[in-house]
Amino acid sequence: MGHPVPTIAALLCLLILLAGCGRPVVTNERAAESTDETTGETTSPNVESSPELEKAADAYEVYVADQMVLMDKHTKQFTDAVIAGDLERAKELYAPAREPWERIESIAAQLGDYDPEIDAREGDVPDDEWGGFHRIEKSLWVGGTTNGQEKYARKLAEDVDSLRGEIGGLELEPADLVIGSVELLNEVSAGKITGEEERYSHTDLYDIQANVEGSEAAFEELEPEIAEKDPMLVEDVEKGFEGVYKELEQYRQGDGWVSYEELAESDRRALSQKVDALAEPLSQAGQVLEKG
Amino acid sequence: MGDGKISRRELLRLAGAGGAGLTLGAGGYAAIRGTADAAAVPGSSTVPFFGRNQGGIATTQQEHMHFAALDLITDDAAEVRDLFRAWTEAGARMAQGDPAGDENYSQFLPPEDTGEAFDLHPANLTLTFGIGPSIFEKDGEDSLGLAGTKPEALAPLPPLTGDVLDEARSDGDLCVQACADDPQVAFHAVRNLVRIARGIAVVRWSQLGFGRTASTSKTQSTPRNLMGLKDGTNNIKSEDTDLMGRFVWVPDGEGPSWMAGGTYLVARRIRMLIEVWDRVSLSEQETSIGRHKYSGAPIGKENEFAPVDLSAKDENGEPLIAEDAHVRLARQNEDERILRRGYSFTDGFDAERGQLDAGLFFISFQRDPLRQFVPLQQRLAANDRLNEYIRHTASALFAIPPGPREGGYVGEDLFRGI
Ligand code: HEM
Repeated sequence: MGHPVPTIAALLCLLILLAGCGRPVVTNERAAESTDETTGETTSPNVESSPELEKAADAYEVYVADQMVLMDKHTKQFTDAVIAGDLERAKELYAPAREPWERIESIAAQLGDYDPEIDAREGDVPDDEWGGFHRIEKSLWVGGTTNGQEKYARKLAEDVDSLRGEIGGLELEPADLVIGSVELLNEVSAGKITGEEERYSHTDLYDIQANVEGSEAAFEELEPEIAEKDPMLVEDVEKGFEGVYKELEQYRQGDGWVSYEELAESDRRALSQKVDALAEPLSQAGQVLEKG
Repeated sequence: MGDGKISRRELLRLAGAGGAGLTLGAGGYAAIRGTADAAAVPGSSTVPFFGRNQGGIATTQQEHMHFAALDLITDDAAEVRDLFRAWTEAGARMAQGDPAGDENYSQFLPPEDTGEAFDLHPANLTLTFGIGPSIFEKDGEDSLGLAGTKPEALAPLPPLTGDVLDEARSDGDLCVQACADDPQVAFHAVRNLVRIARGIAVVRWSQLGFGRTASTSKTQSTPRNLMGLKDGTNNIKSEDTDLMGRFVWVPDGEGPSWMAGGTYLVARRIRMLIEVWDRVSLSEQETSIGRHKYSGAPIGKENEFAPVDLSAKDENGEPLIAEDAHVRLARQNEDERILRRGYSFTDGFDAERGQLDAGLFFISFQRDPLRQFVPLQQRLAANDRLNEYIRHTASALFAIPPGPREGGYVGEDLFRGI
């Protein structure tokens, strides 16, 4: 996550729909309720809407829901290990539990207050309110213990479970795919590349790979529509994904990734520039929403 | 909206979509463009982008610079050619004070131009594009297939005495020098050109320069560098067209034809040991350079522009201009003259030493670096009294192709065969 997104901002966004505020146009029941009838429909007159685009959005909804099921399952395994006091197993399960979250972060982080509860980093929220993955991360890696983490583990499992429930009622618009795919890469450029996200466990490469996969999943749903308007763009974006994956590939270790500490400054820079080279053409994908 | 005007329909659309900020920005911009009277509005004048030579060389030196060196991440020469085409197009627009690309008003796309120069004047923006030795050969390989066209004059600079160079801030496959009288205009140009290059080239290093350290025209006064010395007094001035022809421009028939009308750029990031210099007596400061600090006149003279007489002696028969003075060593050989066009820089504070990290970002243009810059610098590096107060920390060399013709692009003759 970047910073906790106050719900009010998300709601405002819904109100001034597509007015340049740049947040996804997520409509879920909860948001709709609290903003009365103004947000019932999200298609503004300028937005291209076609059965194909709607289909793409529906398909991505399924992807998001699938990832949420995975996350629920893996988080449960992780929190069980924490509660059982199994330090080594908890450390092993930490990064994989986060992967599904990182794939759909741009969407999931928009729902309710889950993002700060689940993914706040130290200093993002007042210390007495700080829980979630990163609080436990700190204890596992810095403290070297699961002691005292049971309550955070329980709360995390609960939050993830109820987030899964809410995601079921989510209705995505094509704009969410467009914005979300770029936003996931912006997550990498802004927060992950510096190693600040996983500052204790140094498992940043798990997050980065997952962010890129999530971005690609959204792009793939839109691809046929983009190809119709601008086939060159599809080529550029595909080349961009290939470049990022290739750059990442050298850091694979077993089923996972090397510690982010092993990447020299020049390695991080090379990776960052590959992400830029991808995000630039990808940011042109919004043309599929343009009428005409 | 290439003409810088916004139609009413677009305005309405913008207002409807809540893009008021953008409307204001673009409107302000259009207003300025519409009423621009080059003579009346300071900063509103422009420098021609097309012509026999690229801008930013003979151009009356602007106050600010942003320099970027880039490395290619492709080995497809056609992509590099297309990059130069795109750069030329965007460069020509920005030199006119127009945005880098046609504005789009889509709410779903990032704006074509990043926008920070919308309400600013063109400020005499020039863009100077260059090509480094490494595009012809990198790690022993000619991956672009251009080696046959490499000019001899673009041989990498030999190791020079005293150099302790930071590789990460040296060299590069390509360069862009943006000069303008407004720092934000220069920054904006580099930012947008780098953005256009994404996927083809990445920034290797960049340098901001905040005050010119030379004058390149007789109409300009001489500025001072960060040592407090007038710098540029005896520079080649663009009005001296025969000196420009003799020392700066590559003539037809010298080297590959794609360089005719071009030149070579040497950049040296020279850190000044400011704290040390500031503790040095006025007399030692003046002796080191060979000129008086306040007037800029040669030692023993009163007028800044009085000729430098290297044989002049004081009453004891000692040379007025010391044997190791900078200007003596710098002008010893009439065949090694160069056009200096550098800028002061600071990169803030050097935490390791607890000192200012500042100095002179030296840029010179010459027809043949190996016959001008190299022997000149070798002599300076060996004996210059100034060396106690400076360190060369980075170095780069680029071929600067001739200016683009209207409808053409920079480097056209190099990439023609592709
Ligand atoms: C931080 C480093 C340097 C400082 C502070 C500096 C300063 C000066 C000053 C104050 C002058 C006298 C004014 C003028 O004629 O422009 C001068 C002249 C000159 N400098 Fe430098 N300079 C530096 C580095 C260099 C380098 C690296 C070169 C070339 C390799 C160079 C070449 C020249 C030349 C050719 C002249 C003109 C001499 C003449 O014909 O009278 N300078 N420099």
